[in-house]
Amino acid sequence: MSEGKRQERRLGWLLCAPAAFVMVAVTAYPILYSIWLSLQRYDLKFPENREFIGLANYATVLSNEYWWTAFGVTMLITVISVAVELVLGMGLALIMHRTIIGRGLVRTSALIPYGIVTVVAAFSWRYAWTPGTGYLANLVSPDGAPLTERASALAIIILAEIWKTTPFMALLLMAGLALVPDDLLKAASMDGASWWQRFTKVMLPVMKPAILVALLFRTLDAFRVFDNIYVLTAGANETSSVSMIAYNNLMKGLNLGIGSTMSVLIFVTVAIIAFIFVKLFGTAAPGSTDEGRR
Amino acid sequence: MAAETTSAKVKWGLLDAVVVVFALIPVLWIVSLSFKTTATLTDGNFIPREWTFDNYKLIFQTDQFVRALINSIGIALISTTIAVVLGTMAAYAISRLDFPGKKALVGVSLLIAMFPQVSLVSPLFNIERNLGIFDTWLGLILPYITFALPLAIYTLSAFFKQIPWDLEKAAKMDGATQGEAFRKVIAPLAAPGVFTTAILVFIFCWNDFLFAISLTSTERSRTVPVALSFFTGASQFEDPTGAISAAAVTITIPIILFVLFFQRRIVAGLTSGAVKG
Repeated sequence: MSEGKRQERRLGWLLCAPAAFVMVAVTAYPILYSIWLSLQRYDLKFPENREFIGLANYATVLSNEYWWTAFGVTMLITVISVAVELVLGMGLALIMHRTIIGRGLVRTSALIPYGIVTVVAAFSWRYAWTPGTGYLANLVSPDGAPLTERASALAIIILAEIWKTTPFMALLLMAGLALVPDDLLKAASMDGASWWQRFTKVMLPVMKPAILVALLFRTLDAFRVFDNIYVLTAGANETSSVSMIAYNNLMKGLNLGIGSTMSVLIFVTVAIIAFIFVKLFGTAAPGSTDEGRR
Repeated sequence: MAAETTSAKVKWGLLDAVVVVFALIPVLWIVSLSFKTTATLTDGNFIPREWTFDNYKLIFQTDQFVRALINSIGIALISTTIAVVLGTMAAYAISRLDFPGKKALVGVSLLIAMFPQVSLVSPLFNIERNLGIFDTWLGLILPYITFALPLAIYTLSAFFKQIPWDLEKAAKMDGATQGEAFRKVIAPLAAPGVFTTAILVFIFCWNDFLFAISLTSTERSRTVPVALSFFTGASQFEDPTGAISAAAVTITIPIILFVLFFQRRIVAGLTSGAVKG
């Protein structure tokens, strides 16, 4: 190995070391520690009762209906919001990509939901649906309080998620749209393909990697839903997500053992979702393809 | 043909309008609430009948909000600075140098970008309590840097790849030293990318709620999103809706300004890192 090559290696490692160190120290170590905590009975209210109990915490959580209700709620929110976002996001991406007038205005307004603090948006939705302060509360039923009923509360949580993150989906899809060669579309159009045929036969296949990446990111992100629920319903009427009950067990219950068990279970679920995406759908993870080639 | 373009313009105009309305309504609603007097707060009108700045005066008189605002600004700025510096170093190495372990680093940061943040809350809560950094600025800055780094590394390496590095060689041919070539040629080209990344990272830190609510317990380090959710108004018996709205608008202003001024760059940053890979 030449001296220059060796120097390059050393410089590479040196430049990456601080970033790599922080990332590993703040994620890998706590996750291992979390697994260790999840095998113990460890309640901060009764610290003297701390002991190693193997997988008993997992049995407790997995046989608990609250966990499964929260799991169901999280899955429901994830699946519906990501599906709707994909459709709306695609529409928005097409509009942003093709619009003739006011392109800057549209892109700027679409970015506002992305930038706005989720908690602020959640408050806006909460007030909008609260009878008295809201303009939407009486829209559905004359004297209903939509946030106090499970089905409508879940619908509002999903709406808030969709409003907040559709622009992000749209931006990722727009980047995919930019990869579709105009010539290909023109050729298809010459051959008599309708708009819908051009969309499904030409644009979608070219955009597939971008779509899958956007779906993967949004799915895992939606699975973490917390802020919206905290502000909109605080988890009342069985609207808690898994993040919400993990937080409650830790902060209200001060139960480190159970809280850590839930942390590990959420981690495993996310890993499974990511695995399914990568293996089954062949998602090209950003950076995995030609990253590292000059 | 002319008729067609007119109708196309109308069609696009309508679609644009729908998008703008969809994006802005919740924002305008909370702005409207923040300017309403207590008496008209519940009238459900989109445009306030009586305008008032009382809500804003009120929140800036409370320690709770001002303190949280200082915390938010300080924590977000420090986290952004550190994450962008470390991210720039790593992204430069990834896009320019050849060394073993590069793929692993890229893989790890991808994993972290998808990491369920709540999984870190329990262990970090206990680790930070044992280290004595629970409820301190540092206690929030560390997780923020960690989750901002993948974002910074991706966007920056995408930017770095677009820089024509031959310019550096050309400058050296013309007699510039390595340092000069980098400082005078490459750094100015890289600056916009670094700046864009900083905005994205800042938005991320500014927006966080989960870490802020789990890893803080007092006003010492509570950030605005968390303070908002605990806000009870000036007195316990007052309805805090107006105050919360005013506080919400206040923390939204910097983001709206960023978006207005740097719209193009934000779009470029978000899309280049994610899809072009």
